[in-house]
Amino acid sequence: MPRSASKTSKKRTQPDSVTSSATDPVPSASSKKKSCKEMDATDQLFYKYANTSSGVIDPEGIEKLCSSLKVPHTDIRILMLAWRMKAARQGYFTKAEWRIALTALKADTINKLKKALPELEKEVRKPLNFRDFYAYAFKYCLTEERQRILEIETICKLLDMVLGSTFRAQVDYFVNYLNNQKEYKAIDMDQWMGFYRFCNEISFPDMINYNLEHSWPCILDNFFEWMRSKQA
Amino acid sequence: MVFGRIDRPIIFWEDGSSIIDESVTKLKRILEGKPETAFVTEQYMKNYTTIYDMCTQKPPENYSDQLYNKFRGIFEEYAKQTVLPSIMEKHDEYMLREFSQRWDINKIMVKWLSHFFFYLDRFYTARANLPNLNKAGMTCFRDHVYESIHFNAKQVIIALIHKEREDQQIDRALLKNVLDLFVQNGMESMDRYENDFEKFFLEETTSYYSRKASSWIQADTCPEYMIKAEESLKKEKERVTHYLHSDTEPKLIKGVQDVLLVSVAKDLLEMEDSGCSALLRDDKTDDLARMYRLYHAIPKGLEPVSEAFRLHVTSEGNTLIRQAEDKATNNNVVEQDVIRRIIDLHHKYMVYVTECFQNHTLFYKALKQAFEIFCNKKVAGISSAELLAMFCDNFFKKSLNDKSNDESTIESTIENVVKLLDYISDKDHFAEFYRKKLARRLLLDRNFNDEHERTILTKLKAQFGGQFTSKMEGMLTDMQLAKEHHSGFDTYIGNSGKPKGMDFTVTVLTTGFWPSYKTSDLNLPLEMVSCIESFKAYYETKTKHRKLMLIYSLGNCHLNGRFDSKPIELIVSTYQAAVLCAFNNTERLTYQELLEQLNLGHEDLARVLHSLSCSKYKILNKEPATKTISKTDSFEFNSKFTDKLRRIRVPLPPIDDRRRVVEDVDNDRRYAIDACLVRIMKSRKVFSHQQLVSECIEQLSRMFKPDIKVIKKRIEDLIGREFLERDTENPNTYKYVA
Repeated sequence: MPRSASKTSKKRTQPDSVTSSATDPVPSASSKKKSCKEMDATDQLFYKYANTSSGVIDPEGIEKLCSSLKVPHTDIRILMLAWRMKAARQGYFTKAEWRIALTALKADTINKLKKALPELEKEVRKPLNFRDFYAYAFKYCLTEERQRILEIETICKLLDMVLGSTFRAQVDYFVNYLNNQKEYKAIDMDQWMGFYRFCNEISFPDMINYNLEHSWPCILDNFFEWMRSKQA
Repeated sequence: MVFGRIDRPIIFWEDGSSIIDESVTKLKRILEGKPETAFVTEQYMKNYTTIYDMCTQKPPENYSDQLYNKFRGIFEEYAKQTVLPSIMEKHDEYMLREFSQRWDINKIMVKWLSHFFFYLDRFYTARANLPNLNKAGMTCFRDHVYESIHFNAKQVIIALIHKEREDQQIDRALLKNVLDLFVQNGMESMDRYENDFEKFFLEETTSYYSRKASSWIQADTCPEYMIKAEESLKKEKERVTHYLHSDTEPKLIKGVQDVLLVSVAKDLLEMEDSGCSALLRDDKTDDLARMYRLYHAIPKGLEPVSEAFRLHVTSEGNTLIRQAEDKATNNNVVEQDVIRRIIDLHHKYMVYVTECFQNHTLFYKALKQAFEIFCNKKVAGISSAELLAMFCDNFFKKSLNDKSNDESTIESTIENVVKLLDYISDKDHFAEFYRKKLARRLLLDRNFNDEHERTILTKLKAQFGGQFTSKMEGMLTDMQLAKEHHSGFDTYIGNSGKPKGMDFTVTVLTTGFWPSYKTSDLNLPLEMVSCIESFKAYYETKTKHRKLMLIYSLGNCHLNGRFDSKPIELIVSTYQAAVLCAFNNTERLTYQELLEQLNLGHEDLARVLHSLSCSKYKILNKEPATKTISKTDSFEFNSKFTDKLRRIRVPLPPIDDRRRVVEDVDNDRRYAIDACLVRIMKSRKVFSHQQLVSECIEQLSRMFKPDIKVIKKRIEDLIGREFLERDTENPNTYKYVA
C-alpha cells in the first residue's frame, strides 16, 4: 500500500462520507446478544497490531498484519480492507474502523480474516462497488489537509495496483504517457475518475469511439492525441 | 309529360330520320364551303319540331334512344368517311391546316346539331345518364379523328418549332390553333395537351439546348455564352405567348435553365480567363449583372456564383497579405498600407455586391466569409488587429498635421475601420492595442483632435457595444478633466505666493481606464521634486480619498541645452531629462553610477542612454563609442553638440510591448471565459458539455474567438474550484454548484 513519506502526522479531518453501497451490517438483535467473548476476540486481534501508545494500527502495524495474512503490503487487498472499513487516514486503522470491517467479514481471527479476503475482493469488484472503491483509492492517498491532487508518481503506482489486473493495456499506455509528458505534474479527482470512465467506455487500443468534442478531461484528450501520433 | 297532340300525326322513324338526314347533308355542305343556301327559319323549326315530336311521342313511337344514337352516328360517320381521310391525305403544314379547319367545322356542326336535337338534352340525356349532346359530339371527334391524328400532328408541330428556333419563319397562328385543339380535346383536363404534345416538346427542347450548350461551352467565352443563354430564354418565353399554353411556361423555362445554366454551371463559372473570377478581376459589371440575373431565377442557382465570388475575393485578399509579407521580409518593416489596401479591396467588392448582385444576402455572406479568412492572418508575425490599431494611430496623427483631409474623408476612413474590425475575430486585441496607442496620442502628442477621437469611439460603440469602448471614452474624459486641474493648480500656485520654479503640469488619469504602466522609483532631479510635492499638496486640497501614482515614463520635458556653439532647446522624456540633468553637476558618469543615482532599471536606462548617445542626436559622448550600451560604458556631456534647428525633439522609442499586450489579453480572455461559463451555468443549472461550449463561444464571439481547448481547461479548473460538478449519472453533463 502506498505509504505516505514520513511527515509530521497531521490528523486529517474525516473525508466526505463515501457512499458505499456495501452493506454495513447494523448489529442485529441476535449479534448484540453475541457474547462479549467474540467482541473481545476482534478487539484482541486489533491490539495485536496496534501501536500501544497511540491506540491505533499504524504503518508498522499494517506491515505486520500483511505478513500475518501472507499478503504483500502493496497488495490491493489491503486497500480493499481499508475501503471496507472506510479508513479515514492512509496507513492507519482505528479500532472503530477495524471493528466495522471485521464484523462485516465475520472474521475475528487472522485465519478467518485471511479466508475472508477472496470474498472481500469479489464484493469490491462488483461494478457498483468498484467505482466507489476506485474513488476511495484516490481519496485515501490524500494525506495533507485540503490536498486535492496526487503526484504523477503516486498516480502511476495507484493505477497499476487498482486497475492493473482489469485494464492492463490502458494502464500501461497511460502510465507511459504520464511519465513522458510535461504539462501535468499532478492529477485531481475529476481526471482520476475520467480515466476510469475511459477504461470502461472506450475500446482500446483503437479508441474509435473517443470523441474530442465530448467532456473528457483535457489530459485524456492529450493522451488520445499522443496515442494517435504513436499509432500513425 | 306529354301534352295532347291530337291534331298532329305521329312521325315514324323512317320519316323523321330522313328529314334529319336532309338537314345534315345541307349543313355539311355549308360548312365545307360548298355552294348551298342558308337555313331558313322554317327549316330550322321543322327540324326542331320533328325531333321534339319524336321524343315526346308515346312508346313504341318514342325514339329518344335512337335519336341519341343517330346523333352520335352522324358525327361518327362524318369523321370516318370524310374528316379523317381528308386530313390523312395531306402532309406537314397542310395536314395541320386541314386538321385545324376540320376541328373548327366540327365545333360549329356540334353547335348546330345540338340546337336541332336540343330536346334530348332537356330530359333524356340526364335521365339516361348519358353525356350531353355537346359532349357527345366532341367526344366523337376526339375518338375518331383526334386520336388518329395527334401523333403525326405533334411531329409536325415540333418540326416547325425547331425551324423557328433555327431562325426561320413559321405560321404561328396555325400552331396556336392546333395547340388549342389539343387543349380542348382534353375536355375538362389538360392531359391531352400535356401527354400528346407538351411532354414531347419539352424533351425535344431539352435535347436541342443540350446540344447547343455543348457546342457553345466549347467555343464561347463565358460572357458570350451568357448572352446566348439569356437570348434563348427570352425567345422561349416569347414562344409561349405566341402559341404555347401558358401552363407550359414554367416547365419550359426550367428545362432550358437546367440545361443551359445548371448542368454547365461549373464549367461556365470557372471558365479560364472569362469566368467569374476573370469578370471580377476585369471589372465587367454588365456581364456579372447578367450572370446574377440568369442564376437568380434558378432556385439555389446563385450558390455556385456566390461561391465563385467568395473564392475570388479570398484569393485576392490572400495575395494582398502575401505581398505585404514579402515586402516586410525585404524591408524589415510592416507597411500599414496593407490596411489601406484591404479597405480598398473591400470597397471594390462591395460595389459588386450592391450593383451587380442586387444586394443579395448570399453575396454579403460570401464577402464576409472571404474577408474573415484573410483578415485574420498575420503579416510578419503582426496580427491584423494590431495592424489596424497602428493604421488608426497613424491616420489620426497625420490628420492633425495634414489639413487637406476633409471631414468626409475622415468620416469614411473611420467607417471603413469599423467595417474591417467586424471581420477580425480577435477584437479584444484590437481594443487593447488601440487603447495603448490612444494613451500615447493623448499624453505625448499634446495636440489631439478630441472630436475625431470621439467619432470613432461612437461608431465602435454602436457596432460592438458600450463595454468595448467604455475605457477609451473614460480616457478622453480624463483629458478634459485634467484641463480643469491644470488651471486649478496654476491658481493654487499663484495664490500660495511661492515662486513657481519651472513650468509644470500634471495630468491626472483614472487608473482603470488607462493601460497599466509600471511605475519606477526614479530619482528625480531636485528641481523637479519640489514641483511634484506642491502638486501633491494641491491635489490633497481637492480630494482626500485618492492615491496618486506618478508615472514618469509618460512625462515630457523641455530642457535648455547650453552647448558651446549655441543653446538648443531639447524636448525629451522625463527619463531622458533625469539622465541629462545628472550631468549638471558632474562632467562624466559611468553606467553603474547613473544606475545607482537614478534608480532606473537596466532596460530603461540602456534605452535612454542609447537614445542620447547612439542615435540621431549625440547629446552625450559614450566611451567606448560602440553602437550599443554596455554596463561598463561611461558617458560625458557633449558640449560640442549642435544642430541647425534651435529646438529639437529627441525621441525615445517605446518598448516593444506587443508580446505583453497579447499576454495581457490572453489573461483577460481566461477571466472572460470563466465568467461566461459561470454565468451560463448559473442560469441553466444543468447543461451538457457541448451546449455549454457552444453557448460560451456564441456569447464571447463579439470580442474574440475562444479556443475550444482553453474552454475545456477552464471548465476543468472551475470543477476543481467547485463552481461546477459533473453529473454522476451522466458525465457529459455539468451541474451548477450553488
